Amino acid sequence: MSIAEVEQEIVEEFDLFADDWEQKYEHLIELGKSLPLIDPKYKTDDHIIKGCQSKVWLHSEIVNGKIIYTADSDAIITKGMVALMIRVLSNQKPDDILNANLGFIDAIDLKEHLSPTRANGLVSMIKQMKLDALALKGKI
Amino acid sequence: MQDTLHHTAFNVEKVRADFPILKVLVNNKPLVYFDNGATAQKPTQVIDAIAKYYYEENSNIHRGVHTLSQKATTHYENARAAVQKHLNAADANEIIFTRGTTESINLVAHCFGKLCIERGDEIVVSEMEHHSNILPWQLLCEEKGAVLKVIPLTDNGELNLAEYKKLLSAKTKLVAVTHVSNTLGVINDIKEIVAAAKQKNIAVLLDGAQAIPHMAVDVQDIDCDFYCFSGHKIYAPTGIGVLYAKAKWVEKFGPYQSGGGTIKTVSFTKTVYADGPLKFEAGTPNVEGAIGLAAALHYINEIGLDVVAAYENELMQYTTEKLKQLPNVKIYGDVPHKAAVISFNVNNAHPFDVGTILDKQGVAVRTGHHCAQPLMQHYNIPGTIRVSFGFYNTKQEIDIFISALEKAIKMLA
Repeated sequence: MSIAEVEQEIVEEFDLFADDWEQKYEHLIELGKSLPLIDPKYKTDDHIIKGCQSKVWLHSEIVNGKIIYTADSDAIITKGMVALMIRVLSNQKPDDILNANLGFIDAIDLKEHLSPTRANGLVSMIKQMKLDALALKGKI
Repeated sequence: MQDTLHHTAFNVEKVRADFPILKVLVNNKPLVYFDNGATAQKPTQVIDAIAKYYYEENSNIHRGVHTLSQKATTHYENARAAVQKHLNAADANEIIFTRGTTESINLVAHCFGKLCIERGDEIVVSEMEHHSNILPWQLLCEEKGAVLKVIPLTDNGELNLAEYKKLLSAKTKLVAVTHVSNTLGVINDIKEIVAAAKQKNIAVLLDGAQAIPHMAVDVQDIDCDFYCFSGHKIYAPTGIGVLYAKAKWVEKFGPYQSGGGTIKTVSFTKTVYADGPLKFEAGTPNVEGAIGLAAALHYINEIGLDVVAAYENELMQYTTEKLKQLPNVKIYGDVPHKAAVISFNVNNAHPFDVGTILDKQGVAVRTGHHCAQPLMQHYNIPGTIRVSFGFYNTKQEIDIFISALEKAIKMLA
């Protein structure tokens, strides 16, 4: 699936909870719990993206011309957001990742988590995902 | 439900009506504002005082001979006198207006550092300080080759005063500690801290940011050299703060920043700086802030700080009891002497997650390290959830908060 297709899938999935924050956050927490664990050897300071409050660890590699991301966070809601980002951007070509505008975050009304004041490291995470894609692109 | 608050001579509903923001809906729910430790909301009386200044009196101070300038100058200097009275300082010249507690501390670090700190000297802070009362001293120590010493905490989150006294030596030049911990709410025994320092002729700076909204402060009785606070935490606007400095320091200190308003005469060969607080207030000061601060002090004194303290203490006891009934909740700094702040964590839940779910239910709390990372390191935690009260909060809001917290605990289990 393309990035746009995955984004659309997520938007439809979240439409079910449009007016129910509780269900939406329960879903986000479930997504967080289902996030495939990052290899512990990558949970080091080299891989950390520091938010003011919660931390994110991100590892990126390139396999057959596509970027594979794995990540983790110490906060479960952040982890749910991380799971969404990975679902959208992982296993995609570097150029597609670099051009992704990630409008789904706005569409599912979780944009507040991308405000720099949310202090959860997500803004920096997206930036890091794109930077990694750019760096790994050179290795193709 | 029996409301035990009825016996206090304090009408919370009447007070709430003075704060327009309390009617705002957050996430479609009535706002429960428990982040007063970060900043307090402003009553109409303060907002109106600022508006009146701009509608009717705006002018630059200390300069013009025209009527408006004199009026603005009078209001600004009256505000200084109001602060002097509030702190019971001996003289209005001991009150320096700053941008806030942080600038007040930086001002002392700069001026005291220049005057009194040499290589090998020691400055004492504590493990519970806000970064604002650590970093200026750390920078000063790095610059001067001085040494920062740290008062440790006891297990229950109070300053270890026995260890503190051992830290004081002939090399110690200044003790800089907080009056009330911004994270734990613990009220420090500042009179004992000052007395021990005075015995060795050591200057003491108190960070009063979290104390000033909750209790009466008498700087002459405390006998500290410096007392710092921010206006915005005591229902006044942001961008105005106070440094109380004993007269001898006001006299001895050189200017902090220099510029307009700080001088008597200027020439390219010799400049003579003003006496008193004007020496430290370079540039056009925050006149509206000072006026707003005076209005806020007037407002809180009309209610009475003793009444405020008693009421907020009831809110705190009530919350603490409710929190203790919840499984898996750990309170940090659970001691008798506290001021309107409770920090806690829920087992196995990140404070960020708890704070996010409380926010969804209209409850505003602070989560994170509270600009006190060394304190977090002491407890080995990433942060806490902090509820902090103002006198407009109610037991009913606490009930809403507790049920919102129960929901968060359930969702995050």
